[in-house]
Amino acid sequence: MIRLLRYLKPFRGAVALVLVLVFLQSLANLYLPTLMADIVDKGIVTGDTDYIVRIGGLMLLITLGGTICAVVASFFSARSAVGFGRLVRGKLFAHVEGFSLHEFDTVGTASLITRTTNDTNQVQQVLVLMLNVLVSAPLLAIGGVILAIAQDATLAWILVVAIPILVLAIFLIMSRAIPLFRIIQVKIDRLNLILDEGLTGVRVIRAFDRTAHERRRFDTANRDLTETAITVNRIVATLFPIMLLVLNLSTIAIVWFGSVRIDRGEMQIGALIAFMQYALQILFAMLMLSLMFVFLPRAAASADRINAVLDMAPEIRDAEQVRPVGAQRGYVEFDDVTFSYPGAEEPALAHISFTARPGQVTAIIGGTGAGKSSLVGLIPRFYDVASGRVLVDGVDVRELAQHDLRSRIGYVPQQAVLFSGTVAGNIRFGTESASDEQVRHAAEIAQATEFVDGMDAGFASAIAQGGTNVSGGQKQRLSIARALARRPEIYVFDDSFSALDYATDARLRAALKRETTDATVFIVAQRVSTIMDADQILVLDQGRLVGSGTHRALMESNPVYREIVLSQLSAEEVA
Amino acid sequence: MMQQRAGQQRPGGQGGPMGGFGRGPMGMMGMPVQKAKNFRATLFRLLGYFRRQKLRLLAVLAAAILGTVFNIVGPKILGLAITRLFEGFILKLRHVPGAAIDFPYIAHVLEILAGLYVVSAIFTYVQAYIMAGVAQHTVYAMRRQVDEKLGRLPLKFYDSRAHGDILSRAVNDMDNISNTLQQSLTQLITSVVTLVGVVVLMLTISPVLTLVVAVTLPLSIITTTMIAKRSQTFFARQQRALGELNGHVEEMLNGHRIVKAFGHEQESVAAFEEMNERLYEAGWRAQFVTGMILPLMTSIGNLGYVFVAVIGGVMVTQRAISLGDVQAFIQYARQFTQPITQLASISNTIQLTIASAERVFELLDETEEAPDAADAPVIAAPQGEVAFEHVSFSYSADTPLIADMNIAVQPGRTIAIVGPTGAGKTTLVNLLMRFYELDGGAICVDGVDIARMRRGELRRMFGMVLQDTWLFNGTIRENIAYGREQATEEEIVRAARAAQADHFIRTLPESYDTVLNQEASNISQGQRQLLTIARAFLADPAILILDEATSSVDTRTEILIQRAMTELMKGRTSFVIAHRLSTIRDADAILVMDHGRIIEQGRHEELLAQGGFYADLYNSQFAARVRAVDAAVTP
Repeated sequence: MIRLLRYLKPFRGAVALVLVLVFLQSLANLYLPTLMADIVDKGIVTGDTDYIVRIGGLMLLITLGGTICAVVASFFSARSAVGFGRLVRGKLFAHVEGFSLHEFDTVGTASLITRTTNDTNQVQQVLVLMLNVLVSAPLLAIGGVILAIAQDATLAWILVVAIPILVLAIFLIMSRAIPLFRIIQVKIDRLNLILDEGLTGVRVIRAFDRTAHERRRFDTANRDLTETAITVNRIVATLFPIMLLVLNLSTIAIVWFGSVRIDRGEMQIGALIAFMQYALQILFAMLMLSLMFVFLPRAAASADRINAVLDMAPEIRDAEQVRPVGAQRGYVEFDDVTFSYPGAEEPALAHISFTARPGQVTAIIGGTGAGKSSLVGLIPRFYDVASGRVLVDGVDVRELAQHDLRSRIGYVPQQAVLFSGTVAGNIRFGTESASDEQVRHAAEIAQATEFVDGMDAGFASAIAQGGTNVSGGQKQRLSIARALARRPEIYVFDDSFSALDYATDARLRAALKRETTDATVFIVAQRVSTIMDADQILVLDQGRLVGSGTHRALMESNPVYREIVLSQLSAEEVA
Repeated sequence: MMQQRAGQQRPGGQGGPMGGFGRGPMGMMGMPVQKAKNFRATLFRLLGYFRRQKLRLLAVLAAAILGTVFNIVGPKILGLAITRLFEGFILKLRHVPGAAIDFPYIAHVLEILAGLYVVSAIFTYVQAYIMAGVAQHTVYAMRRQVDEKLGRLPLKFYDSRAHGDILSRAVNDMDNISNTLQQSLTQLITSVVTLVGVVVLMLTISPVLTLVVAVTLPLSIITTTMIAKRSQTFFARQQRALGELNGHVEEMLNGHRIVKAFGHEQESVAAFEEMNERLYEAGWRAQFVTGMILPLMTSIGNLGYVFVAVIGGVMVTQRAISLGDVQAFIQYARQFTQPITQLASISNTIQLTIASAERVFELLDETEEAPDAADAPVIAAPQGEVAFEHVSFSYSADTPLIADMNIAVQPGRTIAIVGPTGAGKTTLVNLLMRFYELDGGAICVDGVDIARMRRGELRRMFGMVLQDTWLFNGTIRENIAYGREQATEEEIVRAARAAQADHFIRTLPESYDTVLNQEASNISQGQRQLLTIARAFLADPAILILDEATSSVDTRTEILIQRAMTELMKGRTSFVIAHRLSTIRDADAILVMDHGRIIEQGRHEELLAQGGFYADLYNSQFAARVRAVDAAVTP
């Protein structure tokens, strides 16, 4: 938490001002009882009405001053706390955008999203609280103590007894309740998980007639949560009465011992009344502080999560001295490449070597987990190799600027991803300079014009977040158009035709072939029929390159390839 | 003493953030309020949940009232002691002979006061203690009711509603209700009692001074409403900005691979900064305006304090009032604004809660499935004979899907479902399993109309192996055993073996005890399919509904899946969403579906001879593949 507060630096002037203003406001609040004491001791006792009115006017002025301080303080504290939130959020997002896929795999996308959104808000919210409560409560408490002693040092012993009792009570109750609050969160999550599963799996649950079973599962979790919630609320229920009791009994003690001192002529009545108010002010400030114990741990946990992300350096960074891209266009070479995912025992790819040239189609085939997607992911340098080299246009990808490298590649992922915005905006993604003509042309080749023209506003039609308003096949076509709009040297199609129906698939392929005659094309595929015409087929098996060549050559010489082909085309179909 | 709480109001001083699951410490003041459509009806319905706990709730009410009353009479009683002290002091000051402070009297008053405070503390505790039980049990009952309701809702409901919407009602809205029941309800009681009690006590002390304090009342009401109005606009703006920003983050991070591949990082960060700026502009204003409420209320309270001090002071000098009463009055005056602010905040919370309750009640009021008949016929040993008799069905009245459909399937036969779109298979499952009710006609299993059977009984006769496999968060063993409760270890392993899944399960680090995570992403799609086949084996149904589709499954696993499916289909009536030519050719009947409708039916040769939709489909899709194969194997 404290480490994160370094981002408060730009606001230190404002924060200092808030401190001063809150201090002044606390002083104003504290000063009123002193003046009240004067009214009693000097005005009421002597019957001096003028004095009472004069002091009353002074009290009004002080109230006014205090209010102005408070409002101005509120202005600056709001601006600094929310400004702090903006700064942290911005830093965090920019930092995360610089991450390579490795960091995403490690932390998890969902968690990164929560950290950028919820966790920052949590910290910001607590900062607002801190600037108000955490700052003013100690000031009030300390100011109260000083003034109470100034009124009557002897009576201060009551505070010496009451404050530790209060602190102890708060500590005992909170140290029991806070861990329980955490447990409750876990139990709520569990309940939500069961509910979520019930919704996702409703067909299966009913098909297997397990509704009663699921209900019992839910009920157990529900009961469990309820019991903990009752326990924790009952523990917390002791807090308020105990505090009230301490406050009230202190007051009684003050009145009693105060009376004795007044009787001896050691104290004034006004001082007694003022003292009572100070004592309550102090104890009340302690109560406010104790509230922070509820919020601080939560914010601290959030702050830790944010710091963890900020501390994480992206594994893939541009080299100090990036090399310009070579003069060649579209040459991709794997030179004895071995690659492992972090933490994995076996390498995902081992000793892969091949070369791809412009105008060539390189197909990659193999079972799940054979390393097909990993292989093509190395070309845009999503990951770094463990050993060996990946060369694009004769230069090791690690020596190129990532931006330069990727601008030469048109990548179409397995899972089509669209962003909210327009159809044209999605096709232009990453190629903002593309003209309307180019966008249209790309869509035409991707066989997307037909449905895009059918949409309400054509290319200006809105795409919902996550592309939920277009079908899977349409998403894939737009995702292909996006790659085409870049006019790249290298195309990577990572199993990206799966959601297309047969006729569209065929038309798209034919159009693509014409468009990509000069480009280097990589196609990852499950189906042999899609890649039979490739100039070069790489056969992967468990991360190893077990064969490469044309379909015909592989059919003759490569048993793994033949097995794949035959498994897909069963005997009867051959006949 | 409550009054001191009021006197030194600080941000966070109101509301009860200690109690619950951590609603914001600023209370709900100033947050935009979502209005309930029918406030009264929903409120009464919500209150209806307390009926079973009427006694306990009455106890809470009584304890809250007593606790508050005992607490607020404190200053008045304390005033007696102060007055006596003051009188003695003045007499001594004037050197009246024999004058002394009346210590026995003061001691007596303070003793009574101490007793009152102790009793008050006990009542306050008792109230919160009982309320914890009442609130949590009520929420428990509501959650349970929601869950049971979800179990009785027809599939139609799930298909027509966004998953997130249902979840948000069952989770977020229930949370709102839970927090309010725990905190705001007792606060409401104590605030009202405090307000009434304080006004009454103030009046008994001095009507004149009460009037003075009352002057500040309109001031605080105006301030509160003015600020609340403004802050609502800012909060709404902040909420919008936040939603926009969160959406952007979600999109960009989920599409990170694409953002990287297309070098879109700079643009993404720039767009984010723009949204972040908007959020800041709205955010600090919202924060500032709400932050002002408490200082302003304190000031207004101080204003009353000063007036009372001055006017009361003057009155004491004229002997119109005693000093102790002024002291008590000051405490009351400070306490006066507190319940008002608190009530304003609670009323917002309550509106929010009623809106939430309304959403939960909407869910509870959804139309349920017709209950199973008590005298439902039972098929002891299902054979798997299925007959569609004059079946007609549609999802919505204006687009009829199936009209007068007749099929008779002998036990153990295979029906292939073929068609370009996937809409047909869901409909078939929906009808066979009676997830949806027919519009006309009947589906019979072994001669019994399924509409007359108990749903659970009917569904147990079926096995489903679909592509969107559903596995739950639990061990592999539990997931397989989902098909049959009380299955022995041996039976589970045998089912896994038959489903060709035993091998891969044993290669996992924890074998059958491996816990599948929430998305079951720790095993592959194909392996998931094998597990669902194992589950079906164990359930041993008479009739199967299978989906042959194996996209994103590697070829070797695909072979395993096909082998397992063939094994599973032996001796069972099977409805197969067919993708393999062999299945289609060998099927006893083919249903050709398009856009969810059955447009042709018959055997392969018959349909080809018809030269209709199926023939076209076959020629375009399968014939091309056959040609490809020919080219592939004849070098």
